[in-house]
Amino acid sequence: MFLQTAVSAAAVAHPLSGTIAEWVWLLPVLPLAGFVINGLLSLNSAHFGAADPNISDHHPPEGGAEALASSHAEEAEEAGDDHHAVRRHRWAGVVSVVGPGVLILSFLLALGIWQAMATTHPEAPFIQRYFSWMPVGDLQIDAALQLDQLSMVMILVVTGVGALIHVFSVGYMRDDPGYPRYFSYLNLFVFFMLMLVLGANYPVLFVGWEGVGLCSYLLIGFWFNDKVNADAGKKAFILNRIGDFGFLVAMFMLFANIGVLDFIGVSAKAGDLVAGSPLITAICLFMFLGCTGKSAQIPLYVWLPDAMAGPTPVSALIHAATMVTAGVYLIARSSFLFSLSPVASLTVAVVGAVTAIFAATIGLKQWDIKKVLAYSTISQLGYMFVGVGVGAYVSGMFHLVTHSFFKALLFLGSGSVIHAMHAAYHQTHSAEDAQDMRNMGGLKQYLPITFVLMWIATLAISGIPLLSGFFSKDEILASVFARAHGSTLASANWLGIPGGTLLYVIYGTGLAAAFVTAIYMTRLMLYTFHGPVRTGTQEEQYLHEPPWIMTSTLVILGILTVFGGWLNLPEVITDVVPLGPRDLLTHWLDPVVGPATARITAGAAQVPAATEQALIGVAVVIAVAGIVFAIGRLKPDRVPRKADAIPEEGFERVVANKYYVDEALDRTIVIPTYAVSRNFLWRIVDNGLIDGLFVNGSAALARSLGWVGSRLQTGNVGIYAWVLVVGVLAMLGAFTLR
Amino acid sequence: MLAESLALTAALFIIGVVGVLIHRNAIIIFMCVELMLTAVNLTFVAFSRFYGTAGQVFVVFVMTVSAAEAAVGLAIIIAIFRHRQTVDLRNINLLKG
Repeated sequence: MFLQTAVSAAAVAHPLSGTIAEWVWLLPVLPLAGFVINGLLSLNSAHFGAADPNISDHHPPEGGAEALASSHAEEAEEAGDDHHAVRRHRWAGVVSVVGPGVLILSFLLALGIWQAMATTHPEAPFIQRYFSWMPVGDLQIDAALQLDQLSMVMILVVTGVGALIHVFSVGYMRDDPGYPRYFSYLNLFVFFMLMLVLGANYPVLFVGWEGVGLCSYLLIGFWFNDKVNADAGKKAFILNRIGDFGFLVAMFMLFANIGVLDFIGVSAKAGDLVAGSPLITAICLFMFLGCTGKSAQIPLYVWLPDAMAGPTPVSALIHAATMVTAGVYLIARSSFLFSLSPVASLTVAVVGAVTAIFAATIGLKQWDIKKVLAYSTISQLGYMFVGVGVGAYVSGMFHLVTHSFFKALLFLGSGSVIHAMHAAYHQTHSAEDAQDMRNMGGLKQYLPITFVLMWIATLAISGIPLLSGFFSKDEILASVFARAHGSTLASANWLGIPGGTLLYVIYGTGLAAAFVTAIYMTRLMLYTFHGPVRTGTQEEQYLHEPPWIMTSTLVILGILTVFGGWLNLPEVITDVVPLGPRDLLTHWLDPVVGPATARITAGAAQVPAATEQALIGVAVVIAVAGIVFAIGRLKPDRVPRKADAIPEEGFERVVANKYYVDEALDRTIVIPTYAVSRNFLWRIVDNGLIDGLFVNGSAALARSLGWVGSRLQTGNVGIYAWVLVVGVLAMLGAFTLR
Repeated sequence: MLAESLALTAALFIIGVVGVLIHRNAIIIFMCVELMLTAVNLTFVAFSRFYGTAGQVFVVFVMTVSAAEAAVGLAIIIAIFRHRQTVDLRNINLLKG
């Protein structure tokens, strides 16, 4: 094997070999080390440092929830009130360094590798083989990492946004008794996420895929003392298993028909398969089933809103910025397959578009600030799937990147709001809901930094020009329009509908979703930050901006949200307004997804620049209209508090109850499953068949055979002698008569 | 000559077997077993008369083993008698299942 690498290195001499890229293995190993260290520290959970006055001394009294919380802890301890005592973990200081530290180191290494890649412009992926993992006959799977432009984008997002969220967590989770456990899970998540994006073949990717699912489960149920949280974790895990079944089947089919599972091998041999054949469509659709689970698309999206039960930074990292985008990454990674199957690609786009509008409308009537963002995430993921579905893999990835900026900012901003609300309610020992927008209102005077930054993110997600979301969302819509104009998708046929018509419908749906997005995001901002304060007169004095360690990460994300669009400025805009170099991401990703994109756009005429500019105009008008509509229609000063809220009527009630999807799933799947499990699987199969027939049955059989045998043992020597003689005679007879 | 010898030994052996089967007294059964061994010894001697001396070597072996067996067997029977005051095998069935 050593020889083999040497030979291949000599034969190909990849431009990245010998550079810092050789250290790619260290990228996932650093967070893994963090996981081990923090995990070991968390085992020492029986000991808590009592709220340490030295820690709070570092912060000015007005500056910190920590200071506030720990001084409060002292009061509580004096009062002998264990329930509210802050129990800071003994090792919190070490964990605060190790947890974010490994991520920052990883990010710096990623920057170094990116720099090496940017200077060498490798056309082929850089593959590092470490050992043979599954050498079984024809199935040769190596533990190998693949570094190319696509994984580079994901690495930078995962480690960069991940590092910021880790730093934010230091402030947000500091007073949690499970602080080291939290960071060990978070580090483990980043390890698996990096395995997912770095894996050089589907099985290694799948290990990461399952690992992030595990960490998602662990972190959703982080506060598992509440059964609701534990149930939410289970729900996420089970729905993801359904999706993973599809992914596995896709891998089996790939191996059965192509015989390889590494990306290079599959992309080389994918051409042997007949384009548009049922086989490749089936492979793609099964793979997409996996994506619907991981990326919360219809029909498997219901776990993501419940996943908000986890700590807010977790929602930002796992359930907005990174893990849920794994499905988009998988399709971009498998672009060589999806581009061969117009039907599968159109399915992806249709599911994405339907999810985008469906989830966006639910977001209109949610009161929990995190639930709104959860549905917003589902909706934006739908956008990304529209992008990769229509073969605009770069646009999908572009939106993935910008979304990770502004959605992380929104989630962390909501985290800072919840942090303030929670601290206020904590002070007054109130049991009010700290996440319900009906209990907020008017927070802009107390949280000015959060207020400004969240407005920036809101405008970005709505698609206001020059902010990151504008460019990425617009590029997806423009791509859909261009594909409808002419592509292999437009000439294909999807369930009897001509692809071109379908793409125009998807385009319209995307515009509608953009309109709804602008409305619900403005609604969130209005109800949270504007109007009168509904938190409670007693609580108002305790509302405050979070400590600098949290706000600083918000500021960095805010900068990224504003300038993220510069990653891929479209030509139609740079021609009119010279903002900077255009199509950076398109050129960057071209070696990976270029051939697949070209296959889909084959022979299509360019959409005229004037048309594209008009489309951009339409999108902007729609975004502005959404915001104006929301401001005009919604009156934050007329919102009742949560306690006084009157239930909605009619269609609004249906939307507020999320179209009763959870209830319908309960009735049609969950309850029947329980019934079958209890009445058939448990009572008949387990109790009857397994316990009764197999376990107790075999025991009874052995006992009765033993009883028969014991009757032969009379203990009477005479009878033994008779048996002996008869036996000898029988043997002699048998030998002589033979 | 061989046939008559074998007939005699066979008769002796069968007397021994039947004695083992029908008697209840451990001592008598024991003596019947000795009779069977003696019958076998006679067979060996008879064969050695016609086929070489190997049979006589076996006889010595068998006598040695049967002497050892007699010593052990008698010791067991005496031990049983001391315990139960009887050597009637119908009363000795401790190994009944």
